[in-house]
Amino acid sequence: FLSLPLQAKMSRPVQARRLDGIDKNIWVEFVKLATTYSKVNLGQGFPDFPAPAFLQEALRGALGGENHMLHQYTRAFGHPPLVKVLAQFFEKLLGRELDPMTNVMVTVGAYQALFCCFQAFVDEGDEVIIIEPFFDCYEPMVKMAGGTPVFVPMRPKAPKDGKLMSSADWQLDPAELASKFSAKTKAIVLNSPNNPLGKVFSRGELELIAELCVKHDVLCISDEVYEWLVYDGRQHIRIASLPGMWDRTVIIGSAGKTFSATGWKVGWTVGPDRLLQHLRTVHQNSVYHCATIAQEAVAQGFQRELMLFGKPDSYFVQLPRELQQKRDLLVQSLVAVGMKPIIPEGTYFLVADISEFKSDVPDVPNSDEPYDYRFAKWMIKNKGLAAIPLSAFYSEAHKGSYTNFIRFCFAKEEATLKAANDILQKWKQEKTS
Amino acid sequence: MFFASRTFCCRGIRTCQLRTDLLSRSIKHSASATMAFRHKNTRRIEGLDSNVWVEFTKVAADPSIVNLGQGLPDISPPSYVKEELAKAAAVDRLNQYTRGFGHPSLVKALSQVYERVCGRKIDPLTDILVTVGAYGSLFSTIQALIQEGDEVIIIEPFYDCYEPMVKMAGAKPVFIPLRCKNSGNSASSADWVLDPAELASKFNSKTKAIILNTPHNPIGKVFTQEELRVIADLCIKHDTLCISDEVYEWLVYKGNKHIKIATLPGMWERTVTIGSAGKTYSVTGWKLGWSIGPENLIKHLQVVHQNTLYTCPTPLQEALAQAFWIDYKRMDDPDCYFYSLSRELESKRDRMAQLLKEAGLKPVVPDGGYFMIVDVSKLNVDLSGVDEKQPYDYKFVKWMIASKKLSAIPLSAFCGPETKKQFEKYIRFCFIKKDSTLDAAEGILKNWNKQ
Repeated sequence: FLSLPLQAKMSRPVQARRLDGIDKNIWVEFVKLATTYSKVNLGQGFPDFPAPAFLQEALRGALGGENHMLHQYTRAFGHPPLVKVLAQFFEKLLGRELDPMTNVMVTVGAYQALFCCFQAFVDEGDEVIIIEPFFDCYEPMVKMAGGTPVFVPMRPKAPKDGKLMSSADWQLDPAELASKFSAKTKAIVLNSPNNPLGKVFSRGELELIAELCVKHDVLCISDEVYEWLVYDGRQHIRIASLPGMWDRTVIIGSAGKTFSATGWKVGWTVGPDRLLQHLRTVHQNSVYHCATIAQEAVAQGFQRELMLFGKPDSYFVQLPRELQQKRDLLVQSLVAVGMKPIIPEGTYFLVADISEFKSDVPDVPNSDEPYDYRFAKWMIKNKGLAAIPLSAFYSEAHKGSYTNFIRFCFAKEEATLKAANDILQKWKQEKTS
Repeated sequence: MFFASRTFCCRGIRTCQLRTDLLSRSIKHSASATMAFRHKNTRRIEGLDSNVWVEFTKVAADPSIVNLGQGLPDISPPSYVKEELAKAAAVDRLNQYTRGFGHPSLVKALSQVYERVCGRKIDPLTDILVTVGAYGSLFSTIQALIQEGDEVIIIEPFYDCYEPMVKMAGAKPVFIPLRCKNSGNSASSADWVLDPAELASKFNSKTKAIILNTPHNPIGKVFTQEELRVIADLCIKHDTLCISDEVYEWLVYKGNKHIKIATLPGMWERTVTIGSAGKTYSVTGWKLGWSIGPENLIKHLQVVHQNTLYTCPTPLQEALAQAFWIDYKRMDDPDCYFYSLSRELESKRDRMAQLLKEAGLKPVVPDGGYFMIVDVSKLNVDLSGVDEKQPYDYKFVKWMIASKKLSAIPLSAFCGPETKKQFEKYIRFCFIKKDSTLDAAEGILKNWNKQ
């Protein structure tokens, strides 16, 4: 015989309410599909070329050295050599003095940095502005913190005659953006360079956002993981360097993207102590330490880059150069078959309009899946080419906004991009014959 | 401040500068950036900012101090573990993302090892989650399964993170102390027991979970079959979950056996068992841990994981998988690291106990783990003059670090508010240290009264 309170307990779900609505995840599904079916994987964002030799050398050196204490806990908020060199680096970039102990915190990838920000600053009832399309984790993280995501879309302007669309053509409407700020707005998430579009926000656009942050006393969570991957002479501008912004911005970075080693999961936050102190509280109550040896190697990578800063041998000069070429290769392949790429100003992603190929995947009216999801899944299974539907980067309410786009990752060896080209060419031929 | 803007403003300089001027003027006119700043911490982390480790690792960081405080080995991990990492990092694709819930070869290896230990089938994809240390497993478990309105039973003394993690989840920690059987005259960790009636009184309809830690940090107690049975019965009766922190599972000394509460009848379906690579392989800096349990619980931990850090480092997971295969294959062999480390630590334990006895102290000899607690009141160190509101053991440890150059951790760091007084004469030593460190500790303890 069960008591009433016990019956009530057993009939409740075992999991906590904070998990409501955040259990689905596009990557779980699409990574599985890619692993099963794809011959050429331009889906999930990671390089298929090696991490730079100097980074691997740094790890080898750390492993081969006398200091076996590199296999033990290091400082919780960041391995001293790493926070020191990050502080030095960002001092240069931001033009202000930084204390490695209080203005820098190391995290398990930029992903965990984002988590710490939402947990530290977003309470139940707080609103967080998210610009669409967005890296998909922002929405569930805001929800898990009890916050309300408020979405504002970038909208494409028609490109000039004869030109291909650029990520710069996708823009926020200033009045629309301003209308999203309310008394409940706690923070805005900025991602520049932007995943998935590749947009690099201009100074004017950043000033618009900054004005609103200052006016409404809102925090800015600035996801800048692709900070080094900007093309065509564009400049990555750090919003924290704009007037009034340092005090209210947390900058997030990633060794995975900076050094093409996504599997190392080393990220960081840079910001004022009065914000970072709260990130430290979350961190010390969730993961506490990050892996020592990975931090040691990343620190050495940064030390090398500090010495080579701005010089031709700098990885931060070479990598964007190489990636720009790869971008251009992919653009060519897509244009040749009739997919219309949106030329990204940054990141290693490219979004393309697949309208010309829609006949292969008939529309299913009243389907609960957006068209581009179905198209992308069909393409993986039938053509062996993996990409991600753009709807994955929109809120539930707006998934129907743009259903003719898919996102490709071009951080791939030339052989991979060639193989993708072959698949596309063959596909085109099959259509025309 | 405008250094940065001038450097980056390459095109349309006039418009840039104009815009920047407008912006800074608008800031001067609106409330200044610092005055209107309303951004303090969220409610969930209110009061959770202090941390014993942040305080004591700083104090003991001086290399001239013999550090028996924080639980980290200064012995080397086994060479094959380091070699496997070097091998893994040399494979290009192992430097990129792996499966979020755990690198395939690692979850496979873990399922094999634990199937053998538990005597039941464990599905590597649904019954296991790999996390950033056991710490990450504790966090994922608590965030997944505990919410506001819940109560969570914590046995004192406890590994200090349990309380803030439960609070961060909005729940109420309910404490129950281990009590010394022999009215304070303890020689062994086995002397410390829970009172069954007292334990039963802590369970009610709000009790969502109990956190069990065996072998226990800091006392080193290895819960017996009977003691686990008492806890299990209450869990089943009250439909309570069990979060079983078993990071020291391999470190049990002669005459003791580590028993997994998940293997008791009725417990698998309600238990999440947590393990640690750091403690298993003496690589605390790798920060890899795992949660093992039934799919209907683990799936919720996986949801937390995919919304917190998504995936753990790949090369470390691969290396760990290979190390596990090496030891899995020799689990019938005494040379298996799971057993050889335990033997190595048993002699260090005995040495540490001896040193403390020679200094006139009565250590509580642990049956497991690599910590040893000792009552220092016999030393009669008068710290009443120290002008701090901290408990005696905090003051003692700070005094010992400063004047004896030996560090330990105060026990009251591991206690809830009501029990701090009970334990404030105890300090905790870590003995997973190389011989030279223990030699240095010996030197200090032998000369204690001479200084």
